[in-house]
Amino acid sequence: MRIVVDEKVCTGCETCVDSCPHSAIEMKGDKAFINEYCQVCRICLSTCPEGAIKEVGESMQKKQDDFAAHRGVWVFAEQRDGRVARVGIELLGAGRKLADKRGCLLSAVLLGADRKEAEELIRWGADTVYLAPAEDLRQFNDEPYASVLTSLIKKHKPEIVLAGATPIGRSFIPRVAARLSTGLTADCTALDIDEDTGDLLQVRPAFGGNIMATILCPNRRPQIATVRPRVMKKGEYDEGRTGEIIEVETDGLESRTKVIETVKEVSDISVNLQEADIIVSGGRGMGGPEGFRLLEELADILDGAVGASRAAVDEEWISYSHQVGQTGKTVCPKIYIACGISGAVQHLVGMQSSDIIIAINKNPEAPIFNVASYGIVGDVFEVVPALIKKLKEAKGQ
Amino acid sequence: MKIVVCIKQVPDTAEVRINPETNTLIRDGVPSIINPYDLHALEAAIQIREGRGATVTALTMGPPQAEEALREAIAIGADEAVLLTDRAFAGSDTWATAYTLSKAAETIGFDMIICGKQAIDGDTAQVGPEMAEFLNIPHVAYVKKIDSIEEDRIMVHRLMDEGYDIVESSLPVLLTVVREINEPRLPSLKGKMRAKKAAIKQLTHADINAEESMLGLSGSPTQVKNIFAPEVKKDRRMLEGSVEEQVEQLVNELKKLKCF
Repeated sequence: MRIVVDEKVCTGCETCVDSCPHSAIEMKGDKAFINEYCQVCRICLSTCPEGAIKEVGESMQKKQDDFAAHRGVWVFAEQRDGRVARVGIELLGAGRKLADKRGCLLSAVLLGADRKEAEELIRWGADTVYLAPAEDLRQFNDEPYASVLTSLIKKHKPEIVLAGATPIGRSFIPRVAARLSTGLTADCTALDIDEDTGDLLQVRPAFGGNIMATILCPNRRPQIATVRPRVMKKGEYDEGRTGEIIEVETDGLESRTKVIETVKEVSDISVNLQEADIIVSGGRGMGGPEGFRLLEELADILDGAVGASRAAVDEEWISYSHQVGQTGKTVCPKIYIACGISGAVQHLVGMQSSDIIIAINKNPEAPIFNVASYGIVGDVFEVVPALIKKLKEAKGQ
Repeated sequence: MKIVVCIKQVPDTAEVRINPETNTLIRDGVPSIINPYDLHALEAAIQIREGRGATVTALTMGPPQAEEALREAIAIGADEAVLLTDRAFAGSDTWATAYTLSKAAETIGFDMIICGKQAIDGDTAQVGPEMAEFLNIPHVAYVKKIDSIEEDRIMVHRLMDEGYDIVESSLPVLLTVVREINEPRLPSLKGKMRAKKAAIKQLTHADINAEESMLGLSGSPTQVKNIFAPEVKKDRRMLEGSVEEQVEQLVNELKKLKCF
């Protein structure tokens, strides 16, 4: 597979040269030329106004015989201390929609928990639950988790597998994908189905979270995706819903890693951040740690929590536990107030499901305004103090 | 002990901007850096060498200019560096990358492989654990502390959502490390001199005995269909007037929303 320029069609307009994220297009004479830095990301294909850039060669061969046999949407529902984690419930919400669109069953895989938890998964939308209740699966270990899930997938051949992008899912799911020789897409923010091909349309931030990309796994099944907690909405809880629980025996599990001890150590800040109804968040525009004092004051008045963008955390103005975004926490408060945050995609994906977004930024072109419900173009150091003053007045303080 | 540290040369993503008109990335003058998490991986390897003796090999897969990143790794303290470069690798997704790196690690030989938890351009965190699977060795992800290393065992702290696990693993093992593990050192003057003169070993797909059908774009299960900028919210309301007036409107809205 290679990307080439059809010299007969190329007009030498140079549009493609700037579009290449890998600096792999240069001008040779008056024609574009793809050099050895090309990563075949295909971005230039749609950029060329003449359609002069083409792909040549075969793409990954479809395993036809195996392909059609795959059916059903699966959710790996992780548990901690025997209780299903919330992300599993959220994935059932997303999985239910995909399964209905595809006209197939939705199944959950639950390791190291009991029947009661499996029944909960059915009430949250699963048609079947593959339950491996073995005591030695209670504690997460990569190799046993990977081998149980892999063998279940090989046996039952689902078309789609979803898992939480948590320390557990992100650690062992790649082993499953590697073993099954199939694709894995991390941290999806939206999922849909191409009804003609059955391809899962996996949307995720790309290029350092500066832009979104739709990823396909066109020639392999199952298609596996991870999704971060609090990205998908839970489905309906139906007390009376029934389904089938299939118990799975897991004898002789081996592991070369062993958990000696589990130490609980939860940061209050992270908990507050994820549970707060109101978050006041700051970015590079806050100028320094003193800017965040101002945001703390605002958050106090609103009884909210303080968040931050990656830029502010990288500058060490505030600790990482406050970070919201693709590499920090994903939050969905009722109100998110973004102060001096430009709104890089990697930040947006961590907060754009908030009910109301208020953006305060001096740059009217800042992308944060694209997702805002209310926008104020202005200097945070004028707007925020004025806001604090007005709120105090309104509260009669 | 032989330690292979996987590094990736990445664009300094904080510097990447989008041209709002053409919806494409503006990369003019964006500097390339070693993925920050990989600096922690390198530091962890150097500390092991200082503690009990080891050779540290920095390994990267990328276009020819990725050699700069390897020279920097030597300047920081890697003993040697290997560049995997071949047009056949172009367009690799995480699966094909992990396969290629695992074949290279096999060729180099190792007792331990250390990677950063993820790269800041892709943020997938998949290549490390996928490599471990291809190599049929155990892995521990999100390592924030190495407790002890013995001849055939290692004890580490693995960061979890609600604290951390103390995990024991047999060797060989692959670790992916988080920032908390250490404070990476800077290149020394002596290191920079050494890096200038160092010979960087180059390997192609033939050198690592890799199956051609599993490389590059044609060996990658996932493909990028398209890229796009996030949509503009439809019911957006830009407030107008003086700062006082705008703040007043906002406070009224917050009141309606029962924020206070």
